[in-house]
Amino acid sequence: MILEVLMEVLIPAIMAQIIDKGVAEMDMAYILTMSFFLVLSALCSLLFGVLGSKFGSEAGAGFATNLRHDLYVKVQEFSFSDIDRFSTSSLITRLTTDVQRVQQLFMMSIRMFVRSPMMLIFASVMAYRAGGILSAIFAVIIPILAIAVLILVKITHGYFSAAFKGYDRFNQVVGENLSGIRTVKAFVREGEEKEKFRESSDYIRYNFTKAQKMMAIMSPMMMFVSYGCMIAICYFGARLVNVGSLDTGALMSIFTYSGQILSSLMMTGMIVVMYTMTKPSMERISEVLSFSPTMDENEDGEKTVKDGSVVFNHVSFGYKKGSTCLKDINLEIKSGEMVGVIGTTGSGKSTLVSLIARLYDTTEGSVMVGGKDVRDYNLTALRNSVSVVLQKNTLFSGTVEENLRWGNENATEEEMTKAADIASALPFIREKEDGFKSRVEQGGANFSGGQRQRLCIARALLKSPKILIMDDSTSAVDTATDRKIREALRRDVNSMTRIIISQRISSIEDADKIVIMNAGTIEDVGTHEELLARNVGYRTLFETQTRGKD
Amino acid sequence: MGKMKFGEKAKNPKKTFLRLMKDVFEGRYFLIVLIVLGIVLSAWATTYSASFIGDFIDDVVIPLKGNPNPDFSIALRYLLKFAFVVSISILSSFLVSWIMVGIAQNAIYDMRIKMFDKLESLPLSYFDRNRRGSIMSRFANDTDTLNQLVANGLVQLLTAAMTLLMVLVSMAMNSWILLLVVIAFIFITLFATGLLGKKSGAYFKAQQKDLGVVNGYIEEMMNGQRVIKVFTHEEKSISEFESLNKKLETSMAEANAWAGAMGPVNNNLGHLQYVVLVLVGALAIISRPNFYTIGALAAFLQLSRSFSNNISQISQQSNNVLLALAGAERIYALLDEKEEKDDGDVTLVRVREKEGKLEEVKERTGRWAWKVPEGNGFTLVPLKGGVVMDHVDFGYNEDKTVLHDISLYAKPGQKIAFVGSTGAGKTTITNLLNRFYNIQKGTITIDGIDIGRMKLNDLRRSMAMVLQDTSLFTGTIRDNIRYGRPDATDEDVEKAAKLANAHEFILMMKDGYDTVITNNGENLSQGQRQLLSIARAAIADPPIMVLDEATSSIDTHTEALVQSGMDKLMENRTVFVIAHRLSTVRNSNAIMVLENGRIIERGDHDDLIALKGTYYNLYTGKSELS
Repeated sequence: MILEVLMEVLIPAIMAQIIDKGVAEMDMAYILTMSFFLVLSALCSLLFGVLGSKFGSEAGAGFATNLRHDLYVKVQEFSFSDIDRFSTSSLITRLTTDVQRVQQLFMMSIRMFVRSPMMLIFASVMAYRAGGILSAIFAVIIPILAIAVLILVKITHGYFSAAFKGYDRFNQVVGENLSGIRTVKAFVREGEEKEKFRESSDYIRYNFTKAQKMMAIMSPMMMFVSYGCMIAICYFGARLVNVGSLDTGALMSIFTYSGQILSSLMMTGMIVVMYTMTKPSMERISEVLSFSPTMDENEDGEKTVKDGSVVFNHVSFGYKKGSTCLKDINLEIKSGEMVGVIGTTGSGKSTLVSLIARLYDTTEGSVMVGGKDVRDYNLTALRNSVSVVLQKNTLFSGTVEENLRWGNENATEEEMTKAADIASALPFIREKEDGFKSRVEQGGANFSGGQRQRLCIARALLKSPKILIMDDSTSAVDTATDRKIREALRRDVNSMTRIIISQRISSIEDADKIVIMNAGTIEDVGTHEELLARNVGYRTLFETQTRGKD
Repeated sequence: MGKMKFGEKAKNPKKTFLRLMKDVFEGRYFLIVLIVLGIVLSAWATTYSASFIGDFIDDVVIPLKGNPNPDFSIALRYLLKFAFVVSISILSSFLVSWIMVGIAQNAIYDMRIKMFDKLESLPLSYFDRNRRGSIMSRFANDTDTLNQLVANGLVQLLTAAMTLLMVLVSMAMNSWILLLVVIAFIFITLFATGLLGKKSGAYFKAQQKDLGVVNGYIEEMMNGQRVIKVFTHEEKSISEFESLNKKLETSMAEANAWAGAMGPVNNNLGHLQYVVLVLVGALAIISRPNFYTIGALAAFLQLSRSFSNNISQISQQSNNVLLALAGAERIYALLDEKEEKDDGDVTLVRVREKEGKLEEVKERTGRWAWKVPEGNGFTLVPLKGGVVMDHVDFGYNEDKTVLHDISLYAKPGQKIAFVGSTGAGKTTITNLLNRFYNIQKGTITIDGIDIGRMKLNDLRRSMAMVLQDTSLFTGTIRDNIRYGRPDATDEDVEKAAKLANAHEFILMMKDGYDTVITNNGENLSQGQRQLLSIARAAIADPPIMVLDEATSSIDTHTEALVQSGMDKLMENRTVFVIAHRLSTVRNSNAIMVLENGRIIERGDHDDLIALKGTYYNLYTGKSELS
């Protein structure tokens, strides 16, 4: 690339020679030889240019690929609390939009970064060689121009970053209106929403207009300077030509150099602008890359989980420092037991069970699975033995079969059918034209909520875990099917420890043990009958839920 | 996700362009005149300055060469004239871009407002049909490329074209032969860049596609990241990602390499052209020295440079213009969408009773009436909330009916429950009441008035919905509750929150009612979000209430509290409810059991139990009530 620049700078010099020596003296032979050189250097320049572009774009593409890859791998190491911290949507923006922006900057600047300064240096040198004292004009103009550009860039940057913040709000308003359009329409709030939108658009308009008007000054300023240069060169050049210290050709080559110098200055300015515009993206990316995941995966830990017993030993937990979701929990679950967990919203049910699969680490105390602290296990091994059906669950685009195989890649047809049967998913899978090969759209959008939940249960079952945790996993399933699933769970996988969170007592009443959670503590533990007899709250709840029983 | 649609060109660029120009420039005629004037001036100045060098060399520099009595005043005179021309050029091009920035930003603003206004008036079927990402990208990306087009592209294109024309004339006047050389080179250049462009264009398409795949994969996996962790699928997802990413790398490198080659190729073809021009020019000077001069050659060289600059400027810009037009076309597609049909003439007005007669008033009375135009006058029908559906058929598409022959009524204050399996059509029925979708056959009336005759907004004001998916908006909790009725006082907000039992958890939040929630309430639990949604419906205080599985994920304890609040709220209100819960259903005046879009059983709880049909099986199965 440097060679390309060198050639490009050399070419005007040769041209000057042609004019001065060849044309001026009507020396056709000289013109021909120099022309030959010129063609040769043009070809070289072409070759270097094309090669430079090839290497440049390879480097750029490689850079972007590596950046994406590193980010992706990094996020895979994130624990649940790390994901909470960054939020899914922000991670997506960082891996897509932000990477694209940085990549764009890199692609453009990899060429300009080398070219512009080089061009500036070479062209200045050559201008000095050709014009001597005349190039002093550049020495005066370049710093002035550089300062002016910098000032403009600084002012513009402020407006641009304000405008980009405006875009966040803008996207937010549009996005919320798209996902909440039913609410907007149901409450007839179109007018207010339009007003919100108007405000955010107006903010963008204001800042962008300011920024771009500033930018609009840039180009005339450049033109002003470049014509100023030209006039100065003409005048002083004419004087020099007069005293014979400058040739006509050299004068013309200086014009070319002045163009090259100014355009490389302009490019440098542009890079600076682009850099400042991309800086926030870079910062957001490096924030992810330099983040150290908060959970130690304990690669060398114990690889086998003996059985499905769970013990909570004085466990306290908070998602953030200072807040507590669980306070001093003590609980023992025997291997193969079926345990129900019930409690009000925010009582800590989900938090409690997520500690078993070590989705989060306890703040105080310890959780033991199969007689060992969860932190002593290899994390992968632990999670292979503890299958969690999350409350907010996700199916992936692909086929039903591919989704189920998440649980076990080598599952046989028979195993899949069995799991689907237990989860009451078999009927609707069979009803589909392609059965297990039916397409699943992103997020399982082509299945109803209840069907999605049943597929997720089947997927978790295929892991044949020691412990199965269902976090309110049948909330969208109708009561009859819910009952079927529970019966199948009781009948077909009775060696598995099953922990079921539910809002409905009917879903857990026949569990071996029912845990009542309240405000981060365990209020009571017992069988359905025991709790009915001694726990007033439980009894009231049961009565409300089955009120009007015949 | 904002996918840039790269290789996608406009289908009907001319029509779109004209429409765009009309939208951008309409009513700004004075500015147009200024702009055109500016463009002509700056093009002229560019041409002039190119040929200026030639004149300067011939008339000033050459005579000066070795002249013992130099007369620099000629030089000065030339330069002053030049400076004057250049100043005009700079000033005019500055004015043009200054004006265009304003025009562009205002045009984009107007366009966005138009788009959003349109969006708010589109029927729900539009939102079912179009992906969220693609609509978002119209608002952000497509308007941005439009901005590029209007603010820069258009002016540059015009200036380049104008300059090209003037340069061409100057060149023709300078030397015919050299012009022929230039034209020959243009064809070579166009051919070479065309070839490269085709090559890189194909790869750019591939790159854009691969990028879409990679971004799509990232989005999906990030959304399912927790599931990946739970199933320890990290390594597999990394290896899948790697192969997609690798593919992107290849197409990206190719595309940019070919596109990047364009610059050097253009430059060096320019150099070659220069050589040929010098050779031919030198020959001309040598053979006919009186006819052709060094200055003329120098001028021509400058002109030819400006010529090829402008050619590449045009080819570059016209590509951008086509891209922007593709964006504009997508925008216009949105603007041309059919709006929700809203041609009703029945409105909802506040009334008070005076001497036994209803009378329309402005202030809040808590009483409403339908204002039905009749002949020259109108009659006021009190809003009570009696709903009748009569032989209603409905399908999301014309050819596929999902609801068949639905007939039902709810007298004011009655509670109707819909039960049935997923996909039976429960949600669909409730969506017809407020005309989220229009029915195909039959009639729906409220207080005896066909809902098709009502103004959409007034119809919707007469009922509140608690929807399956709670949508909250960025803002304070107070704002979100007040969403149900913007003129509600802070007291009203708290009252509604208390009714929905949301008051307690709100007080426990950092800033209470002023806590700002973002991202659809990401830091609230599902139950809490629904409580807010219920409070929002409560504050709206309409005579008709539609509850769609509203309480399905609130724990039973909270639900019981909600129920008690709701019971109070339901007094003198017509309620349609979709619920799985027995307690909700039991209190209903009538239960409609739906299957495959038909009502298969109806009656109150006891009737249906006695019937021992589907309802009996659904809700009184053995273990459920024992």
